[in-house]
Amino acid sequence: MDFNFTDEQTMVRDSLARLVRENYDFDTRRSVIEGDAGWRPEIWAQLAELGLLGMPFSEADGGFGGGAIDSMIVMEEFGKGLVVEPYVPTVVCAGGFFTHAGTDAQKAEHIGGIVDGSRVYAFAYAEPRGRYDLFDLETTAKRDGDGYVLNGHKAVVIAAPWASHLIVTARTSGERRDKDGITVFVVDKSSEGITTRDYPTVDGRRASEIYFENVAVPGDAVIGQEGNGLALIELVTDEAIAAQCAEACGAMKVAQEMTVDYSQQRKQFGTPIGKFQVLQHRMVDMFVEYEQSISMAYLATLRLGEDHRERKIAVSSAKVKIGQAAHHVGQEAIQIHGGMGMTDELAIGHYFKRLTIFDSEFGNVDHHMKRHMALVAEQ
Amino acid sequence: MNLEFSPEEQAFRDEVRAFIAENYPSDISGSGLRDDLSPEDMVAWHKILGEKGWSVPAWPVEYGGTGWTPTQRYIWSEENARVNAIMPLPFGVSMVGPVIYTFGSDAQKEQHLPGIRSGDVWWCQGYSEPGAGSDLASLKTTAVRDGDHYVINGQKTWTTLAQHADWGFFLCRTDPDAAKPQEGISFILVDMNTPGIEVRPIKLIDGGYEVNETWLTDVRVPVENRVGEENMGWTYAKFLLAHERSGIAGVARSKRAVAQLREIAKSEMLDDKPLMQDFDFARKVSQLEIDLAALEMTELRTLAGEQAGKGPGPESSILKIKGTEIQQRLTELTLEAVGHYGTPCYRDLADAGSNEYPIGPDYAHGSAATYFNMRKTSIYGGSNEIQRNIISKMILGL
Repeated sequence: MDFNFTDEQTMVRDSLARLVRENYDFDTRRSVIEGDAGWRPEIWAQLAELGLLGMPFSEADGGFGGGAIDSMIVMEEFGKGLVVEPYVPTVVCAGGFFTHAGTDAQKAEHIGGIVDGSRVYAFAYAEPRGRYDLFDLETTAKRDGDGYVLNGHKAVVIAAPWASHLIVTARTSGERRDKDGITVFVVDKSSEGITTRDYPTVDGRRASEIYFENVAVPGDAVIGQEGNGLALIELVTDEAIAAQCAEACGAMKVAQEMTVDYSQQRKQFGTPIGKFQVLQHRMVDMFVEYEQSISMAYLATLRLGEDHRERKIAVSSAKVKIGQAAHHVGQEAIQIHGGMGMTDELAIGHYFKRLTIFDSEFGNVDHHMKRHMALVAEQ
Repeated sequence: MNLEFSPEEQAFRDEVRAFIAENYPSDISGSGLRDDLSPEDMVAWHKILGEKGWSVPAWPVEYGGTGWTPTQRYIWSEENARVNAIMPLPFGVSMVGPVIYTFGSDAQKEQHLPGIRSGDVWWCQGYSEPGAGSDLASLKTTAVRDGDHYVINGQKTWTTLAQHADWGFFLCRTDPDAAKPQEGISFILVDMNTPGIEVRPIKLIDGGYEVNETWLTDVRVPVENRVGEENMGWTYAKFLLAHERSGIAGVARSKRAVAQLREIAKSEMLDDKPLMQDFDFARKVSQLEIDLAALEMTELRTLAGEQAGKGPGPESSILKIKGTEIQQRLTELTLEAVGHYGTPCYRDLADAGSNEYPIGPDYAHGSAATYFNMRKTSIYGGSNEIQRNIISKMILGL
């Protein structure tokens, strides 16, 4: 058992913290997310240049031989700065699919494009009716000669406006909620038949509704086995959850510290409000929630390599605990900031909004509680 | 970073498991009701461990500690919880022992540490008073110098298991004129057989007698029984409380209790199905298990920090708060699970000596009493509100 980061990991953390501090102050971020593009490709290029986009990939695949722990470190720092650039959709999700199931040719093309920063991916898994069930798919992919034809509607695809490519889950056989018959595709977003409606999200990112209308894709667009994709999708989704848990921890830490700072400056009844025990204990509870969340982000990350059951129990436990903590810390932060917490000009509200939306990504507290209940009942 | 046990740690686990299997007195199983057990039963495992040299794992090696890593100590507590072992009582091993080896004189170390290690000497804690609970520094028991003795007068309360104690460690006021209440307190070791000490049992809401009032009237104690410097006792008292907190999470015990709760809920029926299949109940159990996983990881991180040279710090307050909340919810859910059969007062039935018609399933016995008893955990060892004050001041800087 070992809870230490390697020297290399510590260095990465420090350089990331500096990058976020120097490039992601609150005002800069606000003008970026309100701008036309909504993100900064030059930051992405900088991340590629620093080697951060290649960190979790094996050296054989063109990366730097790290893994999920490196993604955890990256996302915790990104969470502190509310970084919007699409590390999870591109590096963790797309990268994860190719790492686990890509052919040599797919790895060379796609992981290569991720590592050098030339390609951005979005993960189109959610559908309007499917809620959080990854197998509840109405999007279809029908065999057509050597290739497939995609039809369907993918919902709230985070980072899709910035993406060159999409990872799409679709049904190659069976009924809407069957667990078999699911296949993963990589699709060039400029393919004919794809239309998108792009929009901002409440937490400062961008997303799209994506409509596929007779989109023809070649046979080598399939990642992994046709019809057998659910286990792969669950694995990659769990990896994405672990990374986003770390992001939520970073955001919670800042929200908690900002709240303590504010309580020491804001005076009412002639005294800093941080002197009131009723508020002190509430801020302590925020801190305790944050500490337990970090513990759970570690647990989820370190259990990703375990067999299905152990991995899923750990990831769902983390998503439940951190989902609850994210709501708690966000709400308390606003309350203790008082009226100022309601204003757009203070950073705290932006942390609150990111922490709120974290819960509904890749399954909320209730969804993962049910998954936990089902898994422990299997014993 | 990893959560795997190394081959050495796996070998250690096997060694420990084998030792426990061979040596644990299997007729004594852990009970939530301490006064069900005879004093001999309570220290039986302690004495066996003392002979093996494993009774004080966390102590420095020079004083009899095992030198185990935090991971090994974690394995040790897990393996003991597997058999529901009655562990050494904390008063000597985790409380006064570390104070003596850290602040005591060579003579005190020589006199007291062997008896704590072996389990031959039973200790109790004289901290709280009727007027000094969370505000411990307001204590009024006095120790007045008279030649080479202190003369102690006052009243202590909540003295756990003092009815069996050979020695006690007492906080007494030695300078009534000190500028602050925290100053002017001394930490004094008292032979419980000294004339003038009277221990009176207090019956608790679970019907048991585990705590006492301890009256001290003109109790004469040699000055060399004072630990450290006169009027510096508050420093030692705080040190002790931080040590007390670090073991208080009770993770391994709670994991075992969750497993037991699941078994109970598989036997109990609701809507003609096992209670464990009821969505509302199963959800509560899952929430508990998830919270327990978070506590376990937090404790492991704290232990890793200790290994890196940090002593038990204010972070241990997190473990105290969350550990006790989980223990309380566990006993509450267990009482909920047993339904009607939480109601009978099994203690009175046992006292009446009749078990002709057994009442209710065995697992229901003591479920209410244990729930009542465990309300103490968020009050003792510095109440959970005091723990929040500590975090607020020491970590958040408020």
